Amino acid sequence: MSVIEIKGLTVQVTTEDGPKDILRGVDLTVKAGEVHALMGPNGSGKSTLAYAIAGHPKYSITGGSVTLDGQDVLAMSVDERARAGLFLAMQYPVEVPGVSISNFLRTSITAIRGEAPNLRHWIKELKESMAGLQIDPQFAERNVNEGFSGGERKRTEILQMELINPRIAVLDETDSGLDVDALRVVSEGINRVCAKGETGVLLITHFTRILKYVKPDFVHVFYDGRIVREGGSELADDIEANGYAQFVTA
Amino acid sequence: MTAVTEHIEREVAIVPPKDHTPVIRSLDPSDFPTPTSRDEEFRFTPMAKLRDLHKGDVPTTGGMAIAVNKVPGATFELSAAKTGERQGFTDKIAAGAWASLDSISTLTISADAQLEESVVVSIVGSGAVSYGQLDINVGKFAKAVVIVDHIGDATYAGNIDINVADGASVCVVSLQDWDAKAVHLAQHRITLGRDSSVKHVSITLGGEVVRILPSVVYTAPGGQAELLGLYFAGAGQHAEHRLFVDHSEANCRSNVVYKGALDGADAHTVWVGDVLIRANAVGTDTYEINRNLVLSGGGRADSVPNLEIETGEIVGAGHASTTGRFDDEQLFYLQSRGITPDEARKLVLRGFFEDLLSQIGVPEINDRVRNSIETRLGGHI
Ligand SMILES: Nc1ncnc2c1ncn2[C@@H]1O[C@H](COP(=O)(O)OP(=O)(O)OP(=O)(O)O)[C@@H](O)[C@H]1O
Ligand SMILES: [Mg+2]
Repeated sequence: MSVIEIKGLTVQVTTEDGPKDILRGVDLTVKAGEVHALMGPNGSGKSTLAYAIAGHPKYSITGGSVTLDGQDVLAMSVDERARAGLFLAMQYPVEVPGVSISNFLRTSITAIRGEAPNLRHWIKELKESMAGLQIDPQFAERNVNEGFSGGERKRTEILQMELINPRIAVLDETDSGLDVDALRVVSEGINRVCAKGETGVLLITHFTRILKYVKPDFVHVFYDGRIVREGGSELADDIEANGYAQFVTA
Repeated sequence: MTAVTEHIEREVAIVPPKDHTPVIRSLDPSDFPTPTSRDEEFRFTPMAKLRDLHKGDVPTTGGMAIAVNKVPGATFELSAAKTGERQGFTDKIAAGAWASLDSISTLTISADAQLEESVVVSIVGSGAVSYGQLDINVGKFAKAVVIVDHIGDATYAGNIDINVADGASVCVVSLQDWDAKAVHLAQHRITLGRDSSVKHVSITLGGEVVRILPSVVYTAPGGQAELLGLYFAGAGQHAEHRLFVDHSEANCRSNVVYKGALDGADAHTVWVGDVLIRANAVGTDTYEINRNLVLSGGGRADSVPNLEIETGEIVGAGHASTTGRFDDEQLFYLQSRGITPDEARKLVLRGFFEDLLSQIGVPEINDRVRNSIETRLGGHI
């Protein structure tokens, strides 16, 4: 069973006016089979946490540790982290002009599984996953995220998660910008991966509506670069009803 | 490190008509002074590496091997005689080539012929100094794709004159896939008849110095020119394209897209796009764009779009130029999916050229171009 352990993580971002502290000591453990929801106001540092785990070069780690099954994640390069089993569904997935989804996915899967997938199996696997997420088969030949709507990008992120089948998936506002039908389709995709019990999910969100489909085992409230409260799904309802101000201790 | 993207958007000014006839037009190299790097047209060119071709009088030391496949509707012949009318060239190099060559290659596409297969003119150098003149004459309402494939090693000044008759449509791809030491200087002069269209493609991948000057002249209304280019310059390579589109007739269109990548110390690319819309060329529609991707340190990409407009009664005119490095966000995205940094850069580089290859629309060259670039990168990127 995989587990990611984040301890005392502090992170800075380099800005034009010099380094700025964003994460101020994050402690969080996510195990395979669990769903953790992370909720917090705009600018509290949720995406920073996600990027820091994935190894984005813009963020520098100033303290603390992140381990995946005991391995030091922070010592790994971005691609090594992915191959070790970390996955990040991005809040704003990036366009890659001239690179088709099918080429991109095949290259990614080959890297992650360590060998090129059998072509016939692969085509079938891709088709099925796309159908499950109600993605038009023609998207396979489109360039990665180029001209995709917000919702199409999010579906494509979950498509990648399903094919990669990571040990730990961080989903950064995957529910934002989805219409009600898309929300259901995407949630079902997440649940399919969760159902295998091999993946731990950290779901970053602003809204409880996705939590009606993807049931969290734990809810964490994020504020000013750290987790300020932990609880069950009732905490999410409390946030929706009363906002974040209640968690701010003067 | 963030991506550096430099935009050059120049002012488009409506200027009073002036006399654009070049000072000298001649077939005789002795009519021209020897160019130097102080001349505007040569300011980016490494004169010392031209092996004196710019002096217009270097003797031939051998020929190029020319082979052409047989395609119904197309005929190819070599002739020793410099007969017929030919417009004077505009520089000493091109005139020198004309004066020194010993045979002219003529590819004729019969009127009304719709070629089902590409004509491939393969020009193979074996290290000698040589000169060439290729005429591509496309008959009325004909349709053809011609690939001029330059390989091997050479010190070569070879011009191509492309004459497109009324209603005809031709795609000419000039592939410069030379060995590392080649020097290749050429004018590609395109003359367009009424309602005719040309797609001219220059692909420069190899050679120490390659300098291609495509130009378009419209002789009647309704002409369309698409000028596409793809270039790669590795360490020590100079790849230069200078374009001139002369809108002298009404209701003509031109569209220029050039994309290049540079890799390694002293890699130098030059793109100059001169577009002139003369006072009588009302209804003109023109756009030109140049994009450069600098892969590793030390390369230099010069990019100069130049639009001169003498009439305001046009459909559109614009240009854009960007030079940048790899986008870190794209690389991060790919790497976050397990793809190694090298592989990620390769994907982005391929992607950079991919839409251009589909715009070129000659599938048989795609793999050749992709593989040539990857081979020339030598595994590192
Ligand atoms: N490059 C940067 N320069 C300056 N500030 C930055 C930079 N990157 C992030 N920040 C700041 O770090 C803070 C945390 O940003 P982050 O994107 O992690 O927030 P978030 O919790 O994901 O917010 P949201 O809910 O809006 O997505 C914000 O105040 C943001 O402005
Ligand atoms: Mg965010």
